[in-house]
Amino acid sequence: MEIDVILYGVARDIIGANKYKIKVDIQMSVEGLLRKLENEYPKFKQLTSLFVAVNDEYVTKDYLIQKHDEVVLIPPVCGG
Amino acid sequence: MMIEITEDKINVSKIISVVNHPEAGGIDVFIGTARNNTSGKKVMRLEFESHVSMARKELQKIVNTAKSKWNIKSVAISHRIGVVNIGDESVIIAVACSHRNDAFESCRFIIDNLKKNVPIWKKEIFENSEIWVASYS
Repeated sequence: MEIDVILYGVARDIIGANKYKIKVDIQMSVEGLLRKLENEYPKFKQLTSLFVAVNDEYVTKDYLIQKHDEVVLIPPVCGG
Repeated sequence: MMIEITEDKINVSKIISVVNHPEAGGIDVFIGTARNNTSGKKVMRLEFESHVSMARKELQKIVNTAKSKWNIKSVAISHRIGVVNIGDESVIIAVACSHRNDAFESCRFIIDNLKKNVPIWKKEIFENSEIWVASYS
């Protein structure tokens, strides 16, 4: 089973799409997701920060992604 | 109390009237506006986007923290998304407190934390290029 990681801002520009599909049959941690993204798209390594939010809350790198999660990549924020 | 992320132009006087409170002795207002240059480079316009549901929650957390630190009577926050033209307001924060010191300090706390934690992204559009602000060091 695959789920969509929702992309905004510079993350969307780096990948060139609104969503990034990941398989959740095998347990994937946030750290694993970030490592996979950095391997596929090395530009992610140059960002000043990169976080993940699940169901509208920031999660830490050890969080294990579940199949019903809404996963959002949070590149460096800049409101105001 | 009001927290909104909106595509509409910000109505400054409406936001101020929202926080007006009979127990307040002062209202502090911060307005962020779209600047026409970055380090001398001409900016044509700004474009904002947000993960709106989460942005509202994060703003609510910031307000809750501010309320625990200062004696706040009322707060209103409005942040624009979409295209913001030069000179237009991109964000407004209005805080009504019994005394001015609480109003000044809590308003600053809210805008400083908004910039740190809230999932809103700003793109500067230059004449021949564009950049997501603060993305790369």
